[in-house]
Amino acid sequence: MEYNSKNPYAKRKYIIALIAVGVMVVYIFRLFYLQILSPQYREFADSNAFLRKMLYPARGAIYDRNGNLLVYNQPTYDVMMVVREMGEFDTLDFCNTLNIDESTYQKLEADMKDRRKNPGYSSYTPQLFMSQLTVEQYGLLQEKLYKFPGIYIQNRTRRQYKYPNMGVILGYIAEVDKNALESDPYYVRGDYIGKSGIELSHEKDLRGEKGVEIWLRDARGRLQGRYKDGAEDKAPVSGRDLTLSIDINLQAYGEYLMQNKIGSIVMIEPKTGEIVCIVSSPSYDPAILTGKDFGRNYLELERNPYKPLINRAVAGMYPPGSTFKPSQGAVFMKEGIITMETRYSCFHGYPPLGGRPACHGHASPLSIVPALATSCNSFFCYGLNAMLSNREKYTDVNEAFDVWKSYLNKMGYGDRLGVDLPSEKKGFIPNSKFYNKVLKRNNWNAHNIISIAIGQGEILATPVQIANFAAVVANRGYYYVPHVVRERKGAPLDTLYTRKRYADIDRSIFEIIAQGMANAVTGGTCRTANLLPEIEVCGKTGTSQNPHGDDHSLFMGFAPKDNPRVAIAVIVENGRFGASNAVPIGRLMLQKFFNDSIPETDKWLENRIINTTILPHIYSRELSIVKNDSLQNKDN
Amino acid sequence: MYLNSGEIKDKGQVDRLTVLMYVFFLILGWLSVYAASYDIENAVSLFDLSERATMQLVWIGTSLILAFALLKIDTGFYETYAFVFYLVGLVLLIVTFIVAPEIHGSRSWLVLGPVRLQPAEFMKFIIALALAKVFSLYDFRLMEWKNLLLIFSILLLPFLFVVLQSETGTALVYLSFLLVFFREGLPGGVLFVFVAAIVYFVLGIKFSDTQIGLFSLGEFITLILIILFTTVLVRNYVKRKEVVYTILGISASVFLIAYFLSFFGVKIDWGLVALIALGTVILYLSYLFFLYRKRVYVYMLAFAIGSFVFLESTEYVFNDVLQPHQRIRIEVALGMKQDFRGAGYHVGQSKIAIGSGGFLGKGFLKGTQTKLKYVPEQDTDFIFCTIAEEAGFVGASIVLILYLCFILRLIYLAERQTTTFGRVYGYGVVSVFLFHLIINIGMVIGIMPVIGIPLPFFSYGGSSLWGFTFLLFIFLRLDKSRRKK
Repeated sequence: MEYNSKNPYAKRKYIIALIAVGVMVVYIFRLFYLQILSPQYREFADSNAFLRKMLYPARGAIYDRNGNLLVYNQPTYDVMMVVREMGEFDTLDFCNTLNIDESTYQKLEADMKDRRKNPGYSSYTPQLFMSQLTVEQYGLLQEKLYKFPGIYIQNRTRRQYKYPNMGVILGYIAEVDKNALESDPYYVRGDYIGKSGIELSHEKDLRGEKGVEIWLRDARGRLQGRYKDGAEDKAPVSGRDLTLSIDINLQAYGEYLMQNKIGSIVMIEPKTGEIVCIVSSPSYDPAILTGKDFGRNYLELERNPYKPLINRAVAGMYPPGSTFKPSQGAVFMKEGIITMETRYSCFHGYPPLGGRPACHGHASPLSIVPALATSCNSFFCYGLNAMLSNREKYTDVNEAFDVWKSYLNKMGYGDRLGVDLPSEKKGFIPNSKFYNKVLKRNNWNAHNIISIAIGQGEILATPVQIANFAAVVANRGYYYVPHVVRERKGAPLDTLYTRKRYADIDRSIFEIIAQGMANAVTGGTCRTANLLPEIEVCGKTGTSQNPHGDDHSLFMGFAPKDNPRVAIAVIVENGRFGASNAVPIGRLMLQKFFNDSIPETDKWLENRIINTTILPHIYSRELSIVKNDSLQNKDN
Repeated sequence: MYLNSGEIKDKGQVDRLTVLMYVFFLILGWLSVYAASYDIENAVSLFDLSERATMQLVWIGTSLILAFALLKIDTGFYETYAFVFYLVGLVLLIVTFIVAPEIHGSRSWLVLGPVRLQPAEFMKFIIALALAKVFSLYDFRLMEWKNLLLIFSILLLPFLFVVLQSETGTALVYLSFLLVFFREGLPGGVLFVFVAAIVYFVLGIKFSDTQIGLFSLGEFITLILIILFTTVLVRNYVKRKEVVYTILGISASVFLIAYFLSFFGVKIDWGLVALIALGTVILYLSYLFFLYRKRVYVYMLAFAIGSFVFLESTEYVFNDVLQPHQRIRIEVALGMKQDFRGAGYHVGQSKIAIGSGGFLGKGFLKGTQTKLKYVPEQDTDFIFCTIAEEAGFVGASIVLILYLCFILRLIYLAERQTTTFGRVYGYGVVSVFLFHLIINIGMVIGIMPVIGIPLPFFSYGGSSLWGFTFLLFIFLRLDKSRRKK
């Protein structure tokens, strides 16, 4: 048939063409949406195709100052699950292999999928299902792993301890919690993180860096080799080993002496600030906070009324008592309030206030050196009053007091020293504003606050601050921030610890103070600590009043007087007079430090101390405090 | 007897542009198949015939030879033997249905030694030829009942046989020739009815969960749509304009009355209200018919009533006629089900592969989803994923635009045909290609349900490649010998 070119329907070609164009435009928009606007497809593709295997580095080991290994790692095994790959899964068989029951399985699964507990949960990536398999479970599961698609075993490590000491100092590691997961993207659920002690404060050094292997996975879940032949893999970096300044033998001995007592011993090497011994009692064996019994043991420790989880060395705040006096003497001399010869009288008490604070019997009047030796309260009350009421040097009591405070701060009191352990407390040295507020006026005077002259009242210090002050005197006017880590492998120490901090008080003044402290040992209240003729010890006792019970017993000192090698602070809660408990412990610790052993002549003292029990009566029943009962390390 | 080309000299040339595009598609297509069947582990020789990429080369080579041959054959040949081809084709389809072994769930392959052929693929161009022949018969008028029956039968017989082979997807291709009818004068209203039917179906299924009184939400919306569609048809086909306003007025009144009543505390079943509205409109149309006796009113009535019947039967058809795997595919496409394991997995992986391609793609042979075989059927029906993943948005869009140009070129060629036979056949070619494109790409990107039809020239497969080559080059031959006006 001949074609009539005036076909009435010719216009329909436009409609047909329009349909074609229209559909293509829609499709191109859809492509745009899928490929450009929707990043989640890229992620799905990656999670489909990539299996990211975490490579966990070894956590850093910890050594003592003599190279003795304290903390090391032991392998442990976690069960990981990729839900999306699981498919046909014989749950019963799986439970039997692991020797868990069905309800446990369901609970573990629910916990794994709970986004409140596990914010990073995804059915595409390996998730922690069950941690710390026993060796038997590991063996059985490993054999039958092929039966359970989507299940992997992840090698992890767990901490091991060679000595049952230093629990709270070393700290423990546990699974990272929700807050840490949210604040630091380095961690994923199931990772371990230091929770206390050195494990916490040096977490970044110890944890190393996780590595990753990226494997290609095909649609059947079979691994098809490494992505880009491993070009994008990252090798794990081992954690840094730490060498502590602590001497484990000294430390263990200190914990031994402090058994059945509550308190702290801190020993610092003045010329470096290194802490050679830091005891907090009651203490516990760090090994109990590892492994399957962690939960149970932790609860017990937490419930223990004597609070073994607190590191009293840095977090216990006590009125320093008479150990405060040397600092007072130094300030008064520096400000010219007194000289070496200035004498004040004492009639069994501070006369201007009617004999309060009271004082024990000694000659009167005394100058600074004998005042320190006999620990005369009156002397220092006079001194404080003289300073605070001096209107030639200071316009008012506020200025005087703030000057007073500034010296104390420079000597390490009243603020965190910056020790490399967590939970350090500041102590408390008030400023003038504080008293203005408390006393509700600005024109108070020393007599309103007289007890601070003798280290009571509002003044609070931690044992490490007291030991640090002893180091200040030992060095004759400066200190280094005390620290427990002496060296970290592959990195220098933070300069925080290597800078001298000056007290801005002359050497000569501290020389006088030191003399006073030396006399306290030879003829004063610290006689028990006298180690002459071998070592000349300088010391100061303290008996700090405790409104809740018996007074605390304190001892502060350093030795030898010239070229000192160690500064020490001891505090025994409720130990009453300083001389009763703290000083003997100080003596024994010094013996151990200098001679490595206790001479026969001191054995009786050692025995006495060992058998002294000073535990406030909170419970009448027997408490299960985990104590260290051997001096030897486990290898002997 | 209806030869007209024997004496006419070939004045024209083979359209080079189209041939160029064809070759280009073949090359791109082969590269995609290579990438899709690439196995990271084993580097396989290109000479290994068991490899798909190699086999595809064979098919491409033979197609080129075929194309060449087709261009040489006299045009009259095609026109003369159109009906013969058709009969042979039908017989082949029946034979296939009877003897074919079951492969991949369908019985549509004839095995001849090492070669497997799908007659259903070849039926595409055969139908086009048959239709062209019918339309070019002397004094053929489309809108006569006899003729309508004839052309629909030409479509529906093969449709039936292929459905029996369990290849519903391919069967649906035959329905695409409706576009040809549209071009040749089928009233737009018919197309509109088809579109309306699809809309009813989709709405009815997608919103079948919530209830509005007597009906589901989907049915409710559809009832309102039926009224609106009827109005549209009335506006186009009925001369009296006031009919439109009356219908709208009646429906609105019914709803207003109901709304009014609800203030009196009467509990209104809105589904019932919609039904009443529709019923009133139907009554009105019947009234008009009795009044004016015009045929057009019958058509309107048929549409309104038919739509309602269709709507009510969708649920039955969906649940009892369609097979489970077809149901799921539709549900996935409509976004009703996620089904990550079955049909949803397929499209899900496809979208992931496409989406991860980004702007520039991952590079040739570097597509992770492709290499790692995440998308099933990636070298056949889902071949487009390979392009999208490895060439990105840029590459995929270019391919789409190329296809668009191809279609538009074919439309242009069809329009410039000087014979009805040529034009009808040409539009047949357009319809088939357009349908494949819309469905295949739509399915891969998640807009259309998964219907198994290939992407022309790209998907691996000898039968489809040959079938398309036949389809295209017969047309190019016809075009070559078109008379200059």
